[in-house]
Amino acid sequence: MLKYSLITVIFSLLLGVQTPGMAADSAPASESSETFFIPKAQRRYSKEQACVEPIEEMRANHMEYILDQRDATVHEGVRSRQHSLEECINCHVSDAEDAPRVDSEKHFCNSCHTYTAVSIDCFQCHADRPVKSQFHSLSDSSKHRIKNTAAVLPATRSSEQLNVPSSEDVGNE
Amino acid sequence: MSEESNIDIYRRRFMSGTATAAAGLAVAPGVMLTEVARAKPAEQAVTSDVRWGMLIDTNMCNEGCDDCVTACNEEHNLEGFGRPTTDAQWIRKVTLKDKQTGNVQTLPMLCLHCEHPPCVDVCPTGASFKREDGIVLVDSHICIGCRYCMMACPYKARSFIHEQLQDQMPYSPRGKGTVESCTFCVHRVDRDILPACVVACTEENHNAMTFGDMNDPGSEISQQLKQYSSRQVRADLELNTGVRYRGI
Repeated sequence: MLKYSLITVIFSLLLGVQTPGMAADSAPASESSETFFIPKAQRRYSKEQACVEPIEEMRANHMEYILDQRDATVHEGVRSRQHSLEECINCHVSDAEDAPRVDSEKHFCNSCHTYTAVSIDCFQCHADRPVKSQFHSLSDSSKHRIKNTAAVLPATRSSEQLNVPSSEDVGNE
Repeated sequence: MSEESNIDIYRRRFMSGTATAAAGLAVAPGVMLTEVARAKPAEQAVTSDVRWGMLIDTNMCNEGCDDCVTACNEEHNLEGFGRPTTDAQWIRKVTLKDKQTGNVQTLPMLCLHCEHPPCVDVCPTGASFKREDGIVLVDSHICIGCRYCMMACPYKARSFIHEQLQDQMPYSPRGKGTVESCTFCVHRVDRDILPACVVACTEENHNAMTFGDMNDPGSEISQQLKQYSSRQVRADLELNTGVRYRGI
């Protein structure tokens, strides 16, 4: 009788000690494991704001912003950068040679999408990292600008142009 | 079907006519011109006040030169897979030979950005569309890869992507299973920069390509079109192409 109770006590002790111990060990392990690692952004959007919208809002609704911008850009030629996928990538993915690509779980988009088991096909077509291209070097050269009649009236043009935000200014700070 | 689309065209013409008239009332005639031609702010949508067009002078286009083709391939990262029949091709050199006289001409052939594009007419999903400023594009998000548009295009301007692609340019997304064609370098034009082929041709001092707004009577292209005789390829189809040729 004493023998049985002793064994029960030992077992319960073992279980009682071990179970919380295991839980305590495994919980931080899963959080720090690579599946839950979200890479830090390369820069802040502005001094006041980390991302283009509040972070909670972006976590919940980033796809809506990208989708709206997508239609506006493709069909209407709207080239504002705040909600464009290209700017997401420019800010959230490193342009280093060995930076993780989209098939890696360390890629910004894929880190979370793997965790939540959501597969996306954006990057079958879109660039998954910032690419410095020929386009940017050409854009600096003023001689490749499209000539139009506006050049005939320089006064109107320069005053109007001050109000036009340069596309390069946004998001490249 | 054709009657309906004709009605649409008439309606659009009428509406754009009234819009222009209203703008004319608001500002002086000279100022209105600049309003139309100035580069648009990034967040503004394109309008039909502009119609982008290209004039290609075949007399200036040298046989054997493919600077425009190379520039296009580099700009959009159009890599070949060693299969000339199916590899993507947005602009190509075409050689014309007069069998009687032996005279040889070459010219670049690309999407001609028709006013009434047959590719848009046949697209079952609405992926093939014409922007307000006359640039004909494919919305790859909607394209199902049926290739009707490739059949409909009289100029063989479109390509189908057969292969899995990697390292696309951020401004030129391309993917397997969709149709694509020349975009008039829409990412550059929206920022008031000339298309890559035109830049390459001008940089190499061939000056065979002129790009600009055909709705703006003061633009270089409009003045050249007015001064010199030019032709549309297959003008009999009455597509009113955005790309026109001199010297053919």
